[in-house]
Amino acid sequence: MYPQDLRYSSEHEWARVEGRQVRVGITKFAAEKLTDVVFVDLPKKGVKVKYMQPFGVVESVKAVSDLYAPISGTVVDSNTKLLDAPEVVNTDPYGEGWMILVQPEDPKELDTLMTADQYATMIGESGS
Amino acid sequence: MAINQLKRTSLYDVHVAAGARMVEFGGWDMPVQYSGIVDEHRAVRSAAGLFDVSHMGEFEVAGPGALESVQRLITNDAAKLAVGQVLYSPMCTPSGGIIDDVTVFRLGEARFLFIVNASTTAKDLAWIEEHVRDAETVDRSSEFALLALQGPRAQRILQRLTQMDLSDLRHFHTVPDVGVADVRCLVSRTGYTGEDGFEIAPPWDEAPQVWEALMEAGRREGLVPVGLGARDTLRLEAGYMLYGNDIDETTSPLEAPLGWTVKLEKGPFIGREILLAQKERGVSRKLVGFEMTERAIPRHGYPLRVGDDEVGRVTSGTFGPWLNKSIGMGYVPKASTRIGTPLDVDIRGKAVRATVVKFPFYRRATGV
Repeated sequence: MYPQDLRYSSEHEWARVEGRQVRVGITKFAAEKLTDVVFVDLPKKGVKVKYMQPFGVVESVKAVSDLYAPISGTVVDSNTKLLDAPEVVNTDPYGEGWMILVQPEDPKELDTLMTADQYATMIGESGS
Repeated sequence: MAINQLKRTSLYDVHVAAGARMVEFGGWDMPVQYSGIVDEHRAVRSAAGLFDVSHMGEFEVAGPGALESVQRLITNDAAKLAVGQVLYSPMCTPSGGIIDDVTVFRLGEARFLFIVNASTTAKDLAWIEEHVRDAETVDRSSEFALLALQGPRAQRILQRLTQMDLSDLRHFHTVPDVGVADVRCLVSRTGYTGEDGFEIAPPWDEAPQVWEALMEAGRREGLVPVGLGARDTLRLEAGYMLYGNDIDETTSPLEAPLGWTVKLEKGPFIGREILLAQKERGVSRKLVGFEMTERAIPRHGYPLRVGDDEVGRVTSGTFGPWLNKSIGMGYVPKASTRIGTPLDVDIRGKAVRATVVKFPFYRRATGV
């Protein structure tokens, strides 16, 4: 459920280091809580995001939820496929359902995020 | 007992066992969804869904003055109802605002049943009692549970559990004493989804038996339990008003698309004078339906703009799971009500373009 190679925020975003960049999405737990994701609003390339500040929103039929950046930096890519197929966030949250790719300002921020086991404990599930 | 203790319907345990996600609604602990709003919504449009709406209130008004009392309370014309017929109507204040929107069942010549919204039950009861003359008002809310079986396969499913020939029960008609799975129920061909369907009122404690029998009878037909989440998206697509969102004491039925329920010629009723004046002068704003030109979702309370002017607020909005579009409704000035009129919805500070469209958004194809 919670891949070991990711870091997790208390707001249910994951961060994956890919070379010098960091890919960001929301966890399976968050996707299931939202159930049917029907709209995702993401920043465009070049926009700056700040650590634990809202960078976009994800909407289910019923609710609007803010997305929080698990790392500060510049958006170098955003998953425009989600505009037409937001349900991918539910079906493949760690793969095709990624949201933004960030060029970090301070990679050390990642150290403040949770490991998979810490995250599983926080949401009340036993470690992977 | 805690002050904010939520009320439970007799189906509470059934919902929890079925894995429902429960939420507070109008003081009740109700299922918002089971498998997911989108799945449940599509099941109702294509097969059938079963809803627990036992939280709604039921009041009976009976006695020699019953018809006259009902006529005073509602804007629609109860005199036109034969015994066994049902109508939908607002109840208005003297200033033409809407106290609640209700369905009225004529159970006998001098016997009527009001089905009212859960969140307004206490207010409605006080209002009805205050205005009834020469008839008795009885709160029967705790006697009746209420299930809604909705969708194109509803008749086929219900028919398996009853002797009555359901093809004899026409839209907006009711039969008081139908055996459903060996339970005596008040059954009507009514609903809040835009589909064919029934509302079934068994005695409060016998609802689980009726629910389980319906689920069993409908299993092969694709019947699923449906929560309040999909109930809202279904009614929104079908253009039904939600009390407290789209209509309330500050809106008139002539501003809402409820002019068809205001029968000014029927004789005196509460609110008639002002509604007559509104009709003659014309209202300055009307509720319209609009469609977003992109996928962004309008939500209750978001500002509606024409050019730079804020002209109103979104009263209801959602992503319509069947229409596959973001839709909403809200009050706009008369000049902006024509189909095709561009509006902007302020979504998180960004103006997103919408267009006024034909209302309701969804109408089922009627085969007969």
